Amino acid sequence: MAKRLAVVDVERCVDCLLCAQACARRFGEGGCARSAIAVRSTGGMERGFVVVVCRACAVPPCLHACPVWAIEVAPVGVKVRLERCIGCKACVAACAIGAVQWDEEGGKPVICVHCGLCARFCPYGVLALEEVDGG
Amino acid sequence: MDRLLTRVLRVDLTKKRSWVEERPDLFRERLGGTGAGIELLHELCPTGADPLGPENPVILAVGPLSSLYPLASKTVALFKSPHTGNLGESHCGGRTAFALRLAGYGAVVIDGRSDVPVYLAVHGGKVQFRDARTLWGMASSVTVGRILRDTEPGSGYRTILRIGRAGERGVTYAAVIAETYRHFGRLGLGAVLESKNLKAIVVSGKGALPVAAVGRYQGLYRKLHERAVRSDLMKKYHNLGTAQNVAPLNEMGALPVKNLQATRYPGEPAFSGEKLAAGYLGRRLACAGCPVACIHLAALREPHPEEPYFYKTTFVSYDHEPLYALGAMLGVEDAPGVLKLIDAVGHVGLDAMTAGVVLAWATEAFAQGLIAGTETGGLRPRWSDVAVYGEMIRRIADRTTDFYRVLGEGVRAAAERYGGEEFALHFGGNEMPGYHTGPGALLTYLSGARHSHLDSAGYALDQEALRQGTELAPEDLARRLVAEEARRQVLSSLVVCFFARGLYDLGTVRECLGTLGMERDETALARLGEGVLRRKHAFKVREGFDLGKISIPERALASPAPGGAVDEAYLRRALGEMNRWLEGRYELEGQD
Repeated sequence: MAKRLAVVDVERCVDCLLCAQACARRFGEGGCARSAIAVRSTGGMERGFVVVVCRACAVPPCLHACPVWAIEVAPVGVKVRLERCIGCKACVAACAIGAVQWDEEGGKPVICVHCGLCARFCPYGVLALEEVDGG
Repeated sequence: MDRLLTRVLRVDLTKKRSWVEERPDLFRERLGGTGAGIELLHELCPTGADPLGPENPVILAVGPLSSLYPLASKTVALFKSPHTGNLGESHCGGRTAFALRLAGYGAVVIDGRSDVPVYLAVHGGKVQFRDARTLWGMASSVTVGRILRDTEPGSGYRTILRIGRAGERGVTYAAVIAETYRHFGRLGLGAVLESKNLKAIVVSGKGALPVAAVGRYQGLYRKLHERAVRSDLMKKYHNLGTAQNVAPLNEMGALPVKNLQATRYPGEPAFSGEKLAAGYLGRRLACAGCPVACIHLAALREPHPEEPYFYKTTFVSYDHEPLYALGAMLGVEDAPGVLKLIDAVGHVGLDAMTAGVVLAWATEAFAQGLIAGTETGGLRPRWSDVAVYGEMIRRIADRTTDFYRVLGEGVRAAAERYGGEEFALHFGGNEMPGYHTGPGALLTYLSGARHSHLDSAGYALDQEALRQGTELAPEDLARRLVAEEARRQVLSSLVVCFFARGLYDLGTVRECLGTLGMERDETALARLGEGVLRRKHAFKVREGFDLGKISIPERALASPAPGGAVDEAYLRRALGEMNRWLEGRYELEGQD
């Protein structure tokens, strides 16, 4: 059964950024250059945080915006075919929640693959993998 | 070694110029953080420099573990302190270390003086000087943060450091505020920024950090993460935060109350960690890269004085030290009272600990008639009178009169001017932290260079001695304090939060560095810690410090600690032993 990464309780987010750092470790590096998940305050840390990550849309606008068919449907969410990508950022503009991150060094988009590594390192249960209907 | 770490961003405010220096030597020898920073300070700060002159460099340093391993979340600031006239070292959490490291720097050095107020915007490799004239003079440092949050890019990947009005007016214990709730609190970094006409520093970074041994890195990270989240750390610091110390210290009679006239409240203080959590805790936050989330914000709901059904909800970050200084030291009896004072010092940008000790001195000096209404401008400071203390905080920050100007230089200056040296609680000019546990704590206040009680193991050794009912010989206590302090220099060079000191023994540090291509065995690490400690001491001596001549506040000796009044002769013998080690006249056991 396919699983989707979901932000299940954003009120418990403490802005530790362990999710973003875990995401970068997928590539065997530190930092956040290729993190597919981002956290920012809602306007002052006392007001809490927004965790921005791909929602695995049923009909993904990023995929439809790509002029060179570099974004394909995956079992959950999408898959970016980096070798086809021309770095035009049309996918970034197409995502209404800003979940297409940008790798400045590589000049390519970074989109969550719903592997759940970030959820494993979230100490407070903000993130979880959940079953996708009909997935 | 990671080539990003060895990059030092140099900023000359006089010429509005910035450049990057490659310093592999520095980071190879001293790792980073305090270790690398103290070398830069030796190099760049001229002997006898005016702390408020353009020649005093501000050094912000991170280390090899920053942003790569759990709880490696602190940034070290080194500078010459305008408060003590000697070594200034302050550590800050928040997002600063994360942003600096991901912007691709191991350290930033700022010197010179701008002719107009500016703030510095560092976004990755781009460094800009921006006009800060409109930000200068704003009533609250919080507002400055709000504005920069909107005008600067990098949301989610940045740190916003700024000074408040106290800094702008050169109060010698003005703080630098990070992310509204974290601080380079002690020793006057805020005043140093003012002397450079520098209102704020925004840094954002989103880069990748290379790792030498990827598989081992991922495995070791997971192991340390699991150890951290399962350890007592989580329970201890996550649940109640450092405020958990208030009740036990009160119970054992080690909480300085009313300028250390007493060491406990009759019952549990209204601002104990337990009571604050039950009545006020509104949110917890973490520094970037730390699972613990020890930052506790109280939600303070206050009615508008005139308009019914109109409320203001303020979030106030509380920790043991501000609760001690602005609560216990001032005999405050209610939680909202102490929260309001913590909030007030945050807005104007004063160091909370120093401000509390200064107000406590003023209260006692007023009661004794050393100062009167003519000095205070008609205010009558007395224990627990939060409204008066709030007004005094504003006047200290604004330096309204000669009296408040002197208060803005700390209790040493105040006592020199008005008397009351015997109850002026400072150690070498730095005001007392919130632990009156016994000789260990006092020794670390006297010998330390760093921001607060985190200076060393003093209060922990005091408590151990109390539990065991033993008393160490002064020389033995001195050696144990020095050994632990040397070890902590390794942590502050990495830079790892001291709350994680149980997690990062030297063997673990060796493993961590190994995954980053920096091979160091435990012996080399221990030597490094000792070397850094001695280099810091050497800087202090260079600037006129003499551990043999430092005065000990009478009140700290007269007011009994839990194990009884501390004997001055005992302290002097221990200080002598510490000094001998610091001067390199002997090595610690098994280490020669």
